[in-house]
Amino acid sequence: MFDYNFHWRPVLKSLPDLIEAGMVTLQVAVLAMACGIVIGLGLALIRLHMRGPLRWFASAWVELARNTPALFQLFFFGFGLGAFGWHLSPYTIVLAGLTFNCAGYLAENFRGGFQAVPDTQIRAARSLGMTSVQTYLRIVIPQVLRIVYHPITNQMVWAVLMSSLGMMVGFRELSGETQFFASRSFRIFEYFAVTAVIYYAIVKIILGASRLMALRLFRY
Amino acid sequence: MNDTIHFFSGFRPADMVFLAEAAWRTLLVYGVSIFLGTVIGTICGWLLFEGRLLAAATLSPVLDIFRSVPLIIQLVLFYNFAPIVGLNLDPFASGVVILTVYTAALVANVARGGIEAVGRPMRRAARSLGMSYWQDLRYVVLPIGGRAVFPAWVGVALGVMKDSALVSVLGYVELLKASQILITRTQEPFLILSLAGAFYFALSYPISRYAAKLQQRWAQ
Repeated sequence: MFDYNFHWRPVLKSLPDLIEAGMVTLQVAVLAMACGIVIGLGLALIRLHMRGPLRWFASAWVELARNTPALFQLFFFGFGLGAFGWHLSPYTIVLAGLTFNCAGYLAENFRGGFQAVPDTQIRAARSLGMTSVQTYLRIVIPQVLRIVYHPITNQMVWAVLMSSLGMMVGFRELSGETQFFASRSFRIFEYFAVTAVIYYAIVKIILGASRLMALRLFRY
Repeated sequence: MNDTIHFFSGFRPADMVFLAEAAWRTLLVYGVSIFLGTVIGTICGWLLFEGRLLAAATLSPVLDIFRSVPLIIQLVLFYNFAPIVGLNLDPFASGVVILTVYTAALVANVARGGIEAVGRPMRRAARSLGMSYWQDLRYVVLPIGGRAVFPAWVGVALGVMKDSALVSVLGYVELLKASQILITRTQEPFLILSLAGAFYFALSYPISRYAAKLQQRWAQ
């Protein structure tokens, strides 16, 4: 029944390449998260404070991002935009798709965070003579960040896991690179097993780093 | 331009049937996995709660792996691992196995949270009224804890629905794979992707709105 010989040597030989590809994965995930946080913050504020077309746009973004598969979103940026003559590189496709997705999910988290800060605090800050920008930067946002810190960490992990979909649009991040090597040597199981370990390590490092940062950030 | 030979044929009504069949296959693989995954996940959650240290040392790291490795990698790994141990599974069966385990890993945490949400005094009260352990679980913990984590479970279920699109990597022709096939033939990516996206959206959006409403009502 068990007559399969595992060949780990080709995998070990390309391990440096895989780890390098893991760095690409991490890079695209971090970039997408950074853009996602900024855009998500904007979307949340628009949905809380504005009316009209801008609000519809923000709502459409959030609901589309949250209610369709991430793979669909990548395909859309990959093939769908091709219909309009926009041909993006695989890197841009993955970055755009991840950013779109992360921004949508984070916007909902931010909205919850903003709603958790009591209105009275804003009024108190304003009556102390702070401008509304000051109020947001010094009173509201620091508290919101504390509330959404854990969801952001989760989203970061999701971003790393989701970037593996790059494989489906020909992007050579960790999964794409693995598929490339695997299809060259036919050691599919071995390659993907090692890749799974690398993903696991990346996720654990992110969670550990986030916990350390939380200790430093939330001392008070 | 009119002199070019046309390899591609346009989008025909018959293609709608093809898409509808693919959508049905999506629902099939999703329905089976979410049902089995919820049952197994609930049992795992109960084990995590009752097992204490033993479960924390054995079960939870295993479940953690399924949450920390991209689903697409899990699918490829399992699909290529099964023949090694002599199982010849078709893409549907492999997809169901991995989606079930993945769902179970996510539901386990939700279920444990639900059991923890039922206070100790309430359970002691149930036992002192003469209920057996199982009666206590069935008539006290299930209704109260289940209600507490129902929105979280809906979140997991919707997440898995979107992730079920990844089964296409094994060659299972679900909705996204079918739309990819059609795009290759018709060269109309925008229209077809919009149809596929609309299907997911139409399924996911009402459920997520309904769950949010329920949560609001129960919170009062």
